[in-house]
Amino acid sequence: MIPHSALFNRAKDREFKVDPKQAPTEDYHDILFQLEKEGEWEVQRVPEPYVEVDNKYGRKKKIPIERTWHHKSCGQCGHIPGYSTSVFWLNRQLGLDYHDPTDQTSCTAWNYYASATSNAAAQAAVAMRNFAAAAETGYFPIIHCATSFGHYKETRQQLIHSPELRRQVKKILEKLGKKLVIPEEIVHYSEWVHAVRDKIAARQTVDMSHVRATIHPACHYHKLIGEDAVYAPEVYGAQRSAIITSTLQALGMDVRDYSTWFDCCGFGFRHILVSRDFSRSFAVQRKIEVMKEEADPDILVTHDTGCVTTLDQSQFAAKAHDKNVGLPVMSDSQIAALAMGAHPYKVLQLHWHSTPNKDFLRKVGIDVEARWAEFEAAVAKIKSGEKSYLTWEDADA
Amino acid sequence: MPLDLTGRQYADVPYEEKERLFEEVKKDLRYEEYLYGCYECGICVAACPSARFYDFSPRKIAQCVAREDADLFYTLLNDSVWDCSQCFSCDRCPRKNSPGGVITLMREVAVKNGLASAQEALEGYGRVVYKIMATGTQVSPDMLQANAFPDWGPHVNDISDNLDEWRRAIPPETLHTTETSWKVDDKTITELYLIWHMTGVMDMIREIDEGLFMILQDVMEEKLEDEGYDVSFD
Repeated sequence: MIPHSALFNRAKDREFKVDPKQAPTEDYHDILFQLEKEGEWEVQRVPEPYVEVDNKYGRKKKIPIERTWHHKSCGQCGHIPGYSTSVFWLNRQLGLDYHDPTDQTSCTAWNYYASATSNAAAQAAVAMRNFAAAAETGYFPIIHCATSFGHYKETRQQLIHSPELRRQVKKILEKLGKKLVIPEEIVHYSEWVHAVRDKIAARQTVDMSHVRATIHPACHYHKLIGEDAVYAPEVYGAQRSAIITSTLQALGMDVRDYSTWFDCCGFGFRHILVSRDFSRSFAVQRKIEVMKEEADPDILVTHDTGCVTTLDQSQFAAKAHDKNVGLPVMSDSQIAALAMGAHPYKVLQLHWHSTPNKDFLRKVGIDVEARWAEFEAAVAKIKSGEKSYLTWEDADA
Repeated sequence: MPLDLTGRQYADVPYEEKERLFEEVKKDLRYEEYLYGCYECGICVAACPSARFYDFSPRKIAQCVAREDADLFYTLLNDSVWDCSQCFSCDRCPRKNSPGGVITLMREVAVKNGLASAQEALEGYGRVVYKIMATGTQVSPDMLQANAFPDWGPHVNDISDNLDEWRRAIPPETLHTTETSWKVDDKTITELYLIWHMTGVMDMIREIDEGLFMILQDVMEEKLEDEGYDVSFD
């Protein structure tokens, strides 16, 4: 009789190996450059200096460190402005050259995934108009929103495979006086945070070694064209995306696992705006309560517009139903900035968040009342007309 | 509400019409990349957030289109696709299907053909479509009003009460706006309008919401005329 053990390897004896041959799609780099040779488009190169990281199947991806063109996010800038402000603040503190453009539209994908009031050609033209605008400045696009990131990866895939779509978009861009130019890499800002995490940790002034954290990875970051998300052997053995976890670990935080890690946040695109009973229920029951029960975190850190919005804003109403909520939510850019000493209200803009976060701030040694008083004093100067705006210098004063 | 898959509710819709709409989905350039077949393994359902709260199944979507069942397609087109979260958790499919991607195409066809179910699903959503198409950014600071987000907490009132000053108390100069998420150049907006015009998106809006179409038409034609473009959305 054949022994059972000869037929089946036990799970603990198996070794997971990253294998580029398992990737579901071809290496986009080769095709981008081939199409450039054929005169189909120009490829905007990643500027030096860059950091090379591995994506899901072990292919190399270049992450630019500076000369970055910041493709902002509607939801971050509109409703959680400390999110993008923290990204810019980190660049400034690290002395890195960046560009915050006004020649940028939304990717319009939140609306597209919510209402479908668009089509492949329009979506590709919007993407390529923004990429052309970035190339004109000489700065390299870095995408703040995971939905923009995921959608632009989809768009790249469609443009690669459809000569007809390329022709259509090229014609539209010609009418706008723009070239068809595609970036060598589509880079999400949290990949940049991952790439500079040691520089951030080297400048850390706020101790976070006693902080317990859970993370939520954005679906449109690691599921939509998932082969182009960043993985690292030191984070979950390269079996889950490394982003956020790697940054929090570099800051000394205790990142805790929970059983619904892979689940969506419940954003739903359409649902968060006009059918929020679904978003609230999912965010609370499948994410917040599970995290609290299984990992007892002080903070939940995520890396996308929709995820911060849904996970943070859904907790207020759930409290009325005696749900186990009250877990503060921030982006990785905010937590990295906080660790480097950024002002919680002038930079992180935490007054735009819903779930109470003062206990967390106190836990990491922030004098919450004093910082809020400083912010209110700055706003009073704006109200009185003494100042028009809060400047970057004011934010660090 | 349980999903009625018998098709009885659409018995009076000619089969040819159901087939026509299905053919529209199939001729999209993305369709072949989104559907390869279906093992009926249910991995997509296990990963799907909407399946936990609605009578919704990405597996049914994949099976229905793989079997080319136009009757079932029409039922799902009307009664199911708007429950999808578009998170693409279903892209885990071992057969490499993207049921979420198929749903994107189905929704597009529903909008393009002005189906009543699509109009109903997007009821109350018009102001968001207006914002993104007319201004180039989607959720602006001035949309944070307590009557729109009563369940988000009292900070929404604080934000709307202090909106102008709080926006000016954000360091990046591009974020001092209240009606858009960031400052967008006029030239950039004009280019966006030209994209909507050249790709037939305005025709889709006309099918789904005539009133919204007329408002957008006025805004866009005036702006394009100011910038020297002779463009009509008629």
